[in-house]
Amino acid sequence: MMYDSGKIITGLVIFVIMITFPIWYNVGGAEQLPKVEKPVGKKECVQDTQFMRTSHMALLNNWRDEVVRSGERQYQVVEGVKYEKSLQNGCMNCHTSKAKFCDECHTYAAVKPYCWDCHVQPKEIN
Amino acid sequence: MDVKRRKFLKIAGISAIAGIGAPTAFSTLLKGEVNASSGGGHGEATEKSDAHAEEKVVGKQYGLVINTKKFGQIAGLAEKCTAACHAEHNVPDYGNPKDEIKWIWTESYNHAFQGKSDHKKNDALKNLPILVTCNHCANPPCVKACPTKATFKNKDGIVMMDYHRCIGCRFCMAACPYGARSFNWKNPRETYANGEMKFYPNGINKEFPTRMRGVVEKCNLCAKRIADGKLPSCVEACGDTKGIIFGDINDPNSEISQVLKNTFTIQRNPTTGTRPSVFYII
Amino acid sequence: MLEKALQGKHAYWGWILFLLGVISIGGIFYVFQYFNGLGVTGMSRDVSWGLYISQFTFLVGVAAGGVMLVLPYYVHDFKEFGKITILGEFMAIAAICMCLMFIIADLGQPLRALNVLLHPTPSSMLFWDMIVLNGYLFLNVLVGWVVLHSHYKDAPAPKWIKIFIWISIPWAISIHTVTAMLYCGLPGRHFWLTAILAPRFLASAFAAGPALLLLVALIMKKVANFDAGEKAIQKLTTIIAYAAILNFFFVGLEFFVAYYSELPGHTHTFDYLFFGSHGYDNLVGPMRFSAFIGIVATIMFLIPKCKQNTTLLPIMCIMIFLSLLIDKGLGFVLGGFVPNPLGAIVEYYPTIPELGIVAAIWAAGALILTILYKIVLSVEANKA
Repeated sequence: MMYDSGKIITGLVIFVIMITFPIWYNVGGAEQLPKVEKPVGKKECVQDTQFMRTSHMALLNNWRDEVVRSGERQYQVVEGVKYEKSLQNGCMNCHTSKAKFCDECHTYAAVKPYCWDCHVQPKEIN
Repeated sequence: MDVKRRKFLKIAGISAIAGIGAPTAFSTLLKGEVNASSGGGHGEATEKSDAHAEEKVVGKQYGLVINTKKFGQIAGLAEKCTAACHAEHNVPDYGNPKDEIKWIWTESYNHAFQGKSDHKKNDALKNLPILVTCNHCANPPCVKACPTKATFKNKDGIVMMDYHRCIGCRFCMAACPYGARSFNWKNPRETYANGEMKFYPNGINKEFPTRMRGVVEKCNLCAKRIADGKLPSCVEACGDTKGIIFGDINDPNSEISQVLKNTFTIQRNPTTGTRPSVFYII
Repeated sequence: MLEKALQGKHAYWGWILFLLGVISIGGIFYVFQYFNGLGVTGMSRDVSWGLYISQFTFLVGVAAGGVMLVLPYYVHDFKEFGKITILGEFMAIAAICMCLMFIIADLGQPLRALNVLLHPTPSSMLFWDMIVLNGYLFLNVLVGWVVLHSHYKDAPAPKWIKIFIWISIPWAISIHTVTAMLYCGLPGRHFWLTAILAPRFLASAFAAGPALLLLVALIMKKVANFDAGEKAIQKLTTIIAYAAILNFFFVGLEFFVAYYSELPGHTHTFDYLFFGSHGYDNLVGPMRFSAFIGIVATIMFLIPKCKQNTTLLPIMCIMIFLSLLIDKGLGFVLGGFVPNPLGAIVEYYPTIPELGIVAAIWAAGALILTILYKIVLSVEANKA
């Protein structure tokens, strides 16, 4: 026996529409893959590209713990140049534009890391 | 410390709550208590007959000797130290006492030294500017109170803040007997409509982060400058006046240890058992 | 059983809608606070905890107060509490939920709250408070629900629940003890640094919790035809009276230590709270009022004619509850920050958003309480 089958079916339809909302809302809207601006004239980073692409956040997190908590501030040497273990004073030496390097991917992937709530980006602000 | 080990420690910690590792958690607690009691004088008394015996020296402990005489003689020197520190560390200026954030600032003698009276003391004392800041206590109550270890003692004896971890409960502010801690009641990076920063009228130091809303902050004894081989900025601001002397108070050969050995100094609120690492020549 | 909460008269739904309204308004204020920071409250560098933490402290007591029913009923087999013990347990649930909401409202970085689990720190009393509060919530949900459900099904409560009931008794003591330890272990705050704090907290809790419960029971008698029983009511008045006497005795001891020793660290906050200090006196009125109504109500609770008077009794309950709410939920926490560690006095005034959030949390607590009590009433009504 089924009571209120009309209501149940209507409810189910609404439910299905709601949970698939992100899919049909974005239909045809697939954006171009982001093209991040890489530093000119630099070939190496502190780790290989693949690692940096997938795990830069873990690396930064680790650096933070090492620098702030353990006091392990030894320099990172890349292509014979010493860099500080620091987002603001290390990474951003080469990756000079937050907008063209960080935001490009983060916007695409819809992630909002809070790095820049405290850390200072090289250019865009005074 | 590598990632795996840290992860392991986290899991160990969580299982400690679940009761699986309860003995571990318990022993940590006991260890904490032992540390705590050795600082108060009472704990020491059981071992030695003298309740005020010298504390046992373990590892490095950076500290300061502040020669208030110099600050009394040289007008504006104290303000210079504050300005240098606050500019270096992007300490915002909210322009009101409610939201105020300060790392090092000036107080009068009887405010800085609670329990000491300026009654019938020399006139000079009443106008003496006393620089106060975090005391980087050997036995810090704020570290004990913090529920996330966001504030902790590093290997140099500096009481550090991990701004990424702070949940903003402000327990450390209630625990600090020196009023050395400030909370970010607002977003320090707030801007006017034209993009100009509200609370950094003189711009910011791009070498150092700011903080975000909702975390506690305080003096870090210039941990980064020290690592770079520089002096803390307040010490540097004093130039060659020797207004502030910085160094490892646990190293008997350091300049600061020699000064402490040969000069009469006092500490703020020593009766709280926190063993402050900032000393004052009055 | 839960469906019982959805069946009610117009007055019931009106009350629910009113609470939801208050919660919504406060919720908007919370969103405002969430996006603008705790700067929208009246808290400052010097008074760094305000109404959120002081209300939290008081409500831990209300939650612990439930044990004053559980203990006589289960340990001493005081049968007259049979009908209202469940109310005590459910009141504890509502109070603990409010405590947790107040803690979250007070955090500068609420999204990081779980850092307390991720980086457990046994040296921090806040860590232990989190454990005991959540444990007590769990115990009361479990015990309350299982016992009521058995009653609903006309079956005896399962034997295993006894173990949890027994655990819940010392656990109730522990929640308020650990909450006192948040304060009384801090070396620089003289007003809080007192070994009698936990006993004093417990005494005031055992007066305030049962007073609120009695008040609610009397209201339910009027609006919902629920009779707790005269014997149960009179026993509660006795409990409230003794607990209140103990509380005022402990406060009196604090006064003695402060004013006989005349140690400035001890007298300063009492001066500020009851007499004003250096022209700052914004808590003097409330604190004197609290002391006055508290003492008067305590005396009334000792006079048989008063406590048997059905008109006076609810007023006495309100007086005791309000007195202790002001004493612990206002003066105690705020007073501890005066003077600050540098000897300065800074006063605190809550802001409108802050008061809105406080009201919303009280409304949320009342909503939880209403729903739970509604279920109890419906189950009882089925029996009749």
